[in-house]
Amino acid sequence: MMRKYQRQRHRVLQIVTKLLTPFVLLFALYVQFHGDYGPGGGFQAGVIFAAAFIIHGLIFGVDKTRLVLSPGVIRVLMAFGVLLYALTGVAGMLLGGNFLDYNVLAPSALSGQHWGIFAVELGVGITVTSVMISLFYSFASSRR
Amino acid sequence: MLNFLALYNYWVVIVLMMAGLYIMIARHNLVKKLIGLSIFQTSIFYLYISMGKVSGGTAPILIGKISHEKEKAGSATSAAAEQITTVVYSNPLPHVLILTAIVVGVATTAVGLALIVRINEEYGSIEEDDIRAMEQRDPV
Amino acid sequence: MNFFDQVPALQIAVPLIGAPVCVLLRNGRAAWAVTQFCSVICTLLSCMLVAATRDGTVIRYELGSWSAPSGIEYYVDIVNASVLLVVSFISAIVCLYAYRGAEKEIQQDKHYLFYTGWLLCITGLLGIVITGDAFNAFVFLEISSLATYLLISLGPDRNSLTAAFRYLIMGSIGASFILIGVGFLFAATGSLNMADISARIPIADSPRTVLVAFSFLTVGLMIKAAIFPLHAWLANAYHYAPVTVTALLSGTATKVSLYLLLRFFFNVFGIQFSFGQMLLNYVLLPAAIAGFVLMSVVALYQSDLRRMLAYSSVAQIGYIVAGICLVSPLGISAGIVHIINHALIKSALFMATGCIVYRLGHAHIQSLGGMAKQMPITTAAFIASGLSLIGVPLTAGFISKFNLIAAMLEQGWWIGAALILASSLMATLYIGRVVEIMIFRKPRTSTGTLEVNEAPMQMLIPLWLLIALSIVFGIFGNETLSIASAGAERLLTGPLAPALVPESAYLSTGAGQ
Repeated sequence: MMRKYQRQRHRVLQIVTKLLTPFVLLFALYVQFHGDYGPGGGFQAGVIFAAAFIIHGLIFGVDKTRLVLSPGVIRVLMAFGVLLYALTGVAGMLLGGNFLDYNVLAPSALSGQHWGIFAVELGVGITVTSVMISLFYSFASSRR
Repeated sequence: MLNFLALYNYWVVIVLMMAGLYIMIARHNLVKKLIGLSIFQTSIFYLYISMGKVSGGTAPILIGKISHEKEKAGSATSAAAEQITTVVYSNPLPHVLILTAIVVGVATTAVGLALIVRINEEYGSIEEDDIRAMEQRDPV
Repeated sequence: MNFFDQVPALQIAVPLIGAPVCVLLRNGRAAWAVTQFCSVICTLLSCMLVAATRDGTVIRYELGSWSAPSGIEYYVDIVNASVLLVVSFISAIVCLYAYRGAEKEIQQDKHYLFYTGWLLCITGLLGIVITGDAFNAFVFLEISSLATYLLISLGPDRNSLTAAFRYLIMGSIGASFILIGVGFLFAATGSLNMADISARIPIADSPRTVLVAFSFLTVGLMIKAAIFPLHAWLANAYHYAPVTVTALLSGTATKVSLYLLLRFFFNVFGIQFSFGQMLLNYVLLPAAIAGFVLMSVVALYQSDLRRMLAYSSVAQIGYIVAGICLVSPLGISAGIVHIINHALIKSALFMATGCIVYRLGHAHIQSLGGMAKQMPITTAAFIASGLSLIGVPLTAGFISKFNLIAAMLEQGWWIGAALILASSLMATLYIGRVVEIMIFRKPRTSTGTLEVNEAPMQMLIPLWLLIALSIVFGIFGNETLSIASAGAERLLTGPLAPALVPESAYLSTGAGQ
């Protein structure tokens, strides 16, 4: 009886969360990929993207969120983001420029800058998302 | 007196900074210490941001259009380019720097909180006096 | 692509790429191999940098090809090339040692995280040293500090957690002070590039902004370098951290902060301002002297070997600062030589202590009786590096102390020279006390013998490598001395470079407008 009551008490929140989550994710992607021409970028997008998962965890319980995005995947993504960033830098070196030189990444400097900042911001975004979610996991799961 | 008030942003910084330092020194609760540290760091963010403000300046976002073909041809003296040079904008560099410093601050807070969680697991307390008493009883 | 041109960037990129690879591997042994590989590569790279800058050449590397005052540049001359070599070499040696050294102290499933933290710490430390950008130095400082907090908290008993937390509070205050200082420097000059700041800093009429920047940087760097009155975090952190981590940190972390202090006060602010107008030596020299005298006394009364060595570290930092404060070529080169030598000596001592902890599980000085019989090679290593710490001839410690005393006498500081001798005498006492117990005291166990074996070879070989090096540096001291005096010359020349961009090209900053 009690359990049923509690579940119903959260009904509004659950439905609203379900409705909102896709839009939050979409907004995060917009901030991410619009970041090279307008305000935005990896940091902000990463936090917004993580916020969608965090609110899911708050409303439906961390265990359910873990099924969606397991800590192992998060750990891989965390490392992958940093690697993407560093390897973009190294790619610039291999193509004859300095570390993190975007000009040489593509035939013209303009599109090179575009690709470079895209890759780096994607790396930042992935890392920030996964770090935020893993912070949430580790604090939410320590029971005392 | 007016000069005194005109620099109000620095007074905010000083008050926040001292409050943060005081909390860190005077409070024995580890979480409160960490909050003090956050306030202290926030005051530095204010310091940087107010430093970059140019009075009457807007956000440093391009107004008008630059066409890249024109720039390449070296004839960028169009009306649009002129408009850009006359726009007064705040110095964006301190803002960018502080974005980095905020991230660093978040990371510090996260590490600190994680340490507090572990301390609470091991000692069963986050009051510095209790912890110190327990440390003195420890053989090591 | 010319490989050599990319060396400064690779110095940072190699450990930075190694860190996420460790996370992906999720295996302690593999992560160790990656760390060892990256450290060795970094050592080779910094050897190349030292070789290239020995004749006074300056290497300037523009990150992302953004030209210097707006972009971040890496600025390498002989001063930081030698510090880079020290940091990466100590990392390589201690990593070799960590293969066995860390296995007992750190839980098996955390090993890969431990090595990730290690690589991030090294990335940060190398970054602080190599960068020519004041704000970038702060960012790297925080990277290395955050990794350090993690490494310290991995210690075997729960006190390591509180030690890490206290260091986190102190370290963040220090780093924040540095951040404030950099901010005021930016307000005064409109630039973050150290070479550029040094060229355009308005010191002639010493505006208040510069004074404030100077004071905040002084205090922040003193905390980070653990200079005497602000050293409180160091003892707990070194005591409770895993010994492997302590061996790494004692050779690198404080040394890097000392380098930053040298760079800021000699090159960015200039000698005229730091020592002529602000009289920094009147602040730092008493602190340094009080540091090495008092901390040597405090070290005498410690009951734990690690804590004793930690206090001795603060004393040794005092020697370095005292040398720097003399502002003479001889004094500064004595300081730089001691940065190199002390890194070798103290890492070796902590590694020897680590061998003892590995077998005994603790390092209480009073219970080390009979050690010489049970662990002769470790005891011999401890004695050899202890002698070097005291400054016995034919060891590296002698070279640095001899030069320091010579520099003191050159300036007519008889009292300072006498106090250095007195504190060396106390070093003899606190090392001698431990050695006496190890050799002559009977073990305090019921059976009358310590039932421990010699430490494993994988730990002893790197330890003796360091000791051999410190003896080589003791006998052929001219090599390190010539590097150090070249460094001193660079530091004494003042500004790093002429102004890169005319004044008008800058945006005006400052809130008063």
